[in-house]
Amino acid sequence: MKLDIRWPIGILFLTFGALIGGYGLLKPVPGAGSVVANINFLWGIVLAAFGGVMAILASVSGRRT
Amino acid sequence: MIKLETIDWLLLVIYFGFVLGIGWWLKRSIRTSNDFFLSGRAIPAWVAGLAFMSANLGAQEVIGMAASGAKYGMATSHFYWVGAIPAMIFLAIFMMPFYYGSKARSVPEYLRLRFDEKTRAFNALSFAVMTIMSSGISMYAMGLLLNLLLGWDFNLSMWICAGIVLVYILLGGLTSAIYNEVLQFFLIVFGFAPLVILGLHDVGGWEGLRSGLERVALDQGYAAGAWSDSWRYLGSTSQNPMGVEWFGLVMGLGFVLSFGYWCTDFLIVQRAMAADSMQSARRAPLVAAVPKMLFPFLVIVPGMIAISLVHNGGSLALPSKLDGSPNYDLVIPVMLGHYFPNGLLGLGLTALIASFMSGMAGNVTAFNTVWTNDIYQPYLRPNATDAGLLWMGRAATVVGVLLSLAAAYLAASFNNIMDVLQLVFAFINAPLFATFLLGMFWRRANGHGAFFGLVAGTACAAIHHGLTLPAHAVAGIKGGWLAMLHQYPSEMAQNFWTAIFAFSGCLVVTVFVSLMTHIPERAGLRGLVYSETPRITDESGPWITRTATLGCAALLAAVMLNLIVW
Repeated sequence: MKLDIRWPIGILFLTFGALIGGYGLLKPVPGAGSVVANINFLWGIVLAAFGGVMAILASVSGRRT
Repeated sequence: MIKLETIDWLLLVIYFGFVLGIGWWLKRSIRTSNDFFLSGRAIPAWVAGLAFMSANLGAQEVIGMAASGAKYGMATSHFYWVGAIPAMIFLAIFMMPFYYGSKARSVPEYLRLRFDEKTRAFNALSFAVMTIMSSGISMYAMGLLLNLLLGWDFNLSMWICAGIVLVYILLGGLTSAIYNEVLQFFLIVFGFAPLVILGLHDVGGWEGLRSGLERVALDQGYAAGAWSDSWRYLGSTSQNPMGVEWFGLVMGLGFVLSFGYWCTDFLIVQRAMAADSMQSARRAPLVAAVPKMLFPFLVIVPGMIAISLVHNGGSLALPSKLDGSPNYDLVIPVMLGHYFPNGLLGLGLTALIASFMSGMAGNVTAFNTVWTNDIYQPYLRPNATDAGLLWMGRAATVVGVLLSLAAAYLAASFNNIMDVLQLVFAFINAPLFATFLLGMFWRRANGHGAFFGLVAGTACAAIHHGLTLPAHAVAGIKGGWLAMLHQYPSEMAQNFWTAIFAFSGCLVVTVFVSLMTHIPERAGLRGLVYSETPRITDESGPWITRTATLGCAALLAAVMLNLIVW
């Protein structure tokens, strides 16, 4: 059975997003040399959102076929 | 030295687990040599397109383009908007129908169908050597970087990454390499994007960056916009830090080198040839053109930010080389360490390692295909069964990885091996485009013409290199080893003109020898030459979705980008 590559991408980014975002919540350190607050938490949300979109697209495509 | 924490290690280990998992999952779909070498021609356009883009995203791309951004500024974008997009569009519209339609399994095999065995053998052998050397140098650069920045053992980090690449290609063949390249593409985008955001924030946005770069340019005796404008200072070689003028750039980079690489290098073309239909194969380079157009902002801008910060007394410091000059190759890793806290640092590091692995996997899959289909089957085992070819493909993967490691150690022993490889690339790739251009669009071109044209093109490149030298270079590997007829203001200018001479020499000799020898039979040229091939009629959809329309849109977008940073 062929693999829909969006599944591993989605799962990996959801995992990375949860880990980096969660780490940012536990240890809120802003990026050095910048005033961007808690970049880990913010970027974790971005990663998880992208992962979620990929997983949804894979799921929708899987149901169609 | 950068210090990693548990979270960073965890991200790296999870990534390694995923790439191996993809290979393991795909193992069951590999039954024939076609599945292993060409993904059973079942890859959708968007996946083939992103893999097409990602196979080019090796270490040289990410590390090298950031270094060029620091050294030459926005003019580095020419490698994308002039030196890539037009060639990718040309490949999609004009050349892919021949590659895909001929059912050839590789670029050298197309050369056999169109010309003859000797032309194929010349290309297959030179390509096999180049992929191994290129893959090895990429591994060497990775081992060195990880050792320098993280204190990791050079041998261990190289062998672990090579081992992971080996396992996932052995398990899932080209499909596994392609799927992992897509994953690596997104990792590189999301891993480096925060670097640009944080860096730009730090220098006061785009305007702040421009004004910082003005001081960089003025202090080095150039006009204020020399680092932030791409075309304005190309009137003469002395006006820009690259030392090139517009004609050499457009002809050398924009035409010969770019078309030679994007349209004939099997490492790249193989991804599009694995697509599930002719339409998908033609769309793959166009899909790739979109991120390719935007990549300067991801890899060049960090270099520009770094030089601005370093030059204007910012908090960033670049390590120096032995001669005291700044080591621009360390721009990306130093910025990762500077801007990213642990957590994000693990992501950035994973993206960096992904770029090295993606480059290596691209080379190894191209090598195993060319070795098995263009050297082993025709010359060593003509009656090999499909199972035998599949076995040989896997054996070639193991040998390819081992040879890459050997090349990496070779690179560690000789400090000028990278210069040698650059030369070999210029000598072999540049004339090849003339062979393809004549082969696909002039039915009178024949095998003798193609072979002797390639040899003559390579000889022209060597002679030009032997008679010229870049400024401040010593005669030897950098040129001038025959005599000293002309001095170029920079190595880049010399490279561009070497390519122009190689292309012209190949073109002239191919035409001359072809006209002096036999006329190819028309019947054998169907599907291989433009005038003998029925026009593609698979585009029944609305005009807006056709390959040519999409190609024109991509070209227009590239022109607009050039105008924005003119």
